[in-house]
Amino acid sequence: MIRYSPGLEAWAEPLATLRRIQDEINRAFGDQRWTPSAEFPPINIWRSPDGVVVTAEIPGIPLGSVDLTVHQNTLTIKGRRDPEVREPEVSFHRRERTYGPFSRSVALPFAVDAEKVRASAQNGVLRIDLPRPEADKPRKIRINPL
Amino acid sequence: MADMGVQPHAGERGAESTRNAPVFIPVTDIYETDQALFLALELPGVDPAAVNITLDKRVLTITGHSVVQVPEGFSLTHHEYRDGDYERSFTLAESIDGEQIEAELKDGLLHLKLPKAQPAPAKSIHVKAV
Repeated sequence: MIRYSPGLEAWAEPLATLRRIQDEINRAFGDQRWTPSAEFPPINIWRSPDGVVVTAEIPGIPLGSVDLTVHQNTLTIKGRRDPEVREPEVSFHRRERTYGPFSRSVALPFAVDAEKVRASAQNGVLRIDLPRPEADKPRKIRINPL
Repeated sequence: MADMGVQPHAGERGAESTRNAPVFIPVTDIYETDQALFLALELPGVDPAAVNITLDKRVLTITGHSVVQVPEGFSLTHHEYRDGDYERSFTLAESIDGEQIEAELKDGLLHLKLPKAQPAPAKSIHVKAV
């Protein structure tokens, strides 16, 4: 019996083509940070026993134009992105940045004391430090021998 | 303005980064006036010192390394964005005065101003009568 088996070489070429197409698609979509449907700003949330840190990417927005509010356990980040066109008469070639008002709320695992919240921004990354109130922290209970 | 002015550059396809960080294509606005071409690129997390802009012939390349910021003693529980590097190239259709390029990074947004090179004025040649 003669079994027909095409050599591996026959497969190498179509696979290479597929890989190349995949690379192209990745380049077109995957690598791009631009996800228009996603909420703005994208946030990361960090936790420790002492509190929560929220970081957000807000390129082009100075800290002064970000409006932060804390109500009980809800943190709200609000602001507005305006197109920064520095010349009166321009023609656009590409408009990938998105503009307009934005608002995001984050539910925190504890009620925050607004007085203790600290916010800073560096290179377009916003950082909000939300310490956990003392009353909310777990307390160690000493067991006294009878 | 029939000329699109800028095309994304297709070079270096498939080349891998040596750093173990993702490389993102920064979101960019491009507009132009009669005098110059303007670019605004979003590079959140990138320090002004870590931005590299080169203009080689007509290919403009912008790279930036972001500083990974991890709050001390905290662990990440929810994430929507990643720190990484940025790279993007454009092929410029018009001749740009490379010496006059202005770049400014503010709040994670890079502004580039590329003044167009002025064409040499037409010269009239005087014909001498012999």
